Amino acid sequence: MGMTMTQKILAAHAGLDSVRAGDLIEAKLDLVLGNDVTTPVAVDVFDKAGFTRVFDKDKIAIVLDHYTPCKDIKSAQLCKTARDFAHRFSISHFFDVGTVGIEHALLPEKGIVGPGDCIIGADSHTCTYGALGAFSTGVGSTDMAAGMAAGENWFKVPSAIKVVLKGKLQPWVSGKDVILHLIGLIGVDGALYKSLEFTGEGVHELSMDDRFTIANMAIEAGGKNGIFPVDEKTLAYIDGRLERPYKVYEADADAEYEREVVINLDELKPTVSLPHLPSNTKTVDEVAGMKIDQVVIGSCTNGRISDMRIAAGILKGRKVADGVRCIVIPATQDVYMQCIQEGLTEIFINAGCAVSTPTCGPCLGGHMGCMCEGERAVATTNRNFVGRMGHVKSEVVLASPAVAAASAVKGCVASPADL
Amino acid sequence: MVTGKAFKYGDNVDTDVIIPARYLNAPSPEELAKHCMEDIDPDFTAKVQPGDIVVGGANFGCGSSREHAPIAIRACGVRCVIAASFARIFYRNAINIGFPILECPEAAAAIRNGDAVSVDFDSGKIHDETTGQDFQAAAFPAFINRIIEHDGLLPYLKARQDAEEEK
Repeated sequence: MGMTMTQKILAAHAGLDSVRAGDLIEAKLDLVLGNDVTTPVAVDVFDKAGFTRVFDKDKIAIVLDHYTPCKDIKSAQLCKTARDFAHRFSISHFFDVGTVGIEHALLPEKGIVGPGDCIIGADSHTCTYGALGAFSTGVGSTDMAAGMAAGENWFKVPSAIKVVLKGKLQPWVSGKDVILHLIGLIGVDGALYKSLEFTGEGVHELSMDDRFTIANMAIEAGGKNGIFPVDEKTLAYIDGRLERPYKVYEADADAEYEREVVINLDELKPTVSLPHLPSNTKTVDEVAGMKIDQVVIGSCTNGRISDMRIAAGILKGRKVADGVRCIVIPATQDVYMQCIQEGLTEIFINAGCAVSTPTCGPCLGGHMGCMCEGERAVATTNRNFVGRMGHVKSEVVLASPAVAAASAVKGCVASPADL
Repeated sequence: MVTGKAFKYGDNVDTDVIIPARYLNAPSPEELAKHCMEDIDPDFTAKVQPGDIVVGGANFGCGSSREHAPIAIRACGVRCVIAASFARIFYRNAINIGFPILECPEAAAAIRNGDAVSVDFDSGKIHDETTGQDFQAAAFPAFINRIIEHDGLLPYLKARQDAEEEK
């Protein structure tokens, strides 16, 4: 029996010739990640268990991105705990205010993750790096501590859903629409415990930024990971970034999949997820006109340079509607700098947007854009759960950067084609 | 064997409602416990008693990887969670901190809010004392049982590392 791409990476990292879905294995880790919310809890359990060294200071990343620049005294204490730990063990990949970006945009950009890696991160969107052909999955703080101490962790080998992409995306349709559509099809637990393995000729039509967005939200379908094959675009992306050896894995021709889902990219329309589940999808045309109070363009899902370019393309020469706050958050310092150099920041500010330093901030109702009772946002973020962006009676509509920017201009959920 | 009152919820109880992100800046179990479930059940922390049991539907604990979620539930005095299925990161987190969870779709469907429920962790037997119904939860693999026996993943790893260094 053949193996999926995920199974091959796990087998190699467990030192096994082959694995099967359901096997419990212990696999060696190429990177262990934490942020300012999850690292302090990991430090606590690491210290309480009596560990005094980390397995490899070069294979740990600590990224202070959630509540930074610190929103209050308590979050400053969290950052100090994480910062002190990073200094104690001379962690190589430590990012603080001034160099920090949103972890899942930052690590690929800096060449810290690459094809064939086995990665855990104490953040559910760690599945993003599957875009590069890595096995990468979100875990909790105790898993992070275990990974830092031992350099390995336990996994149940996942079965897989094969997602076959055909055709090519139409104008104003992006990776975000692909993944929202897929979650709408299979549900928020449709891929529970499984890997989402993207394949088909349509994959090669997708930009790397689109692939990052798609892999990023595999968790929103319950997936253990999402993974893309490595092609010329992947290799072009890592060229000049990744400075260590890597290995390209391919699924066996006779790999076993539990289910196959086919998506014709040609037929996809701009898609949104209505409150309060990412699976509650509609095409934007079906819900155009819903009044909004806020727009957020950013996050680990959609804060990359192509997202900024799409949003700026729509906002250029236009104004954010009266009564709407539009918050733009480039995901990393490099993206922020590119926005300045390409004139995108000027476009955003002229349109009446607030432009922020990189932070997860409003996505999780942390800071930089929390909402009060009765307010509604269109956001390029990844979750629209009850209370996610603030008050328990506020609402989030998930959308692509194109739909978010068009909605900011119109003051309601809107399609960019209608501007 | 433990017995407690059931607090029943639906499908897709996410970690943002188990413990909202606005409280993650103070991660002590005592602080987290004060706000557990408040966005879907504002009375939960006032009503829950030590030894009580949370019952959820499918995909319990979905969303954010925050370990603060099982920590908050346990710090409220809840003895275990029974659900039709668990989101995989919540499942790992609960096991890794040594907090018992039981996957049993039949029990999750049948147990009513407020029922008295007893659970035997060794056998996975669940008994609804109010209705008299019995259920059998899926057993843990031996590897996971070893983690639970050590009260969590880190004590297990430390014991293993210490044993290797003694050799």
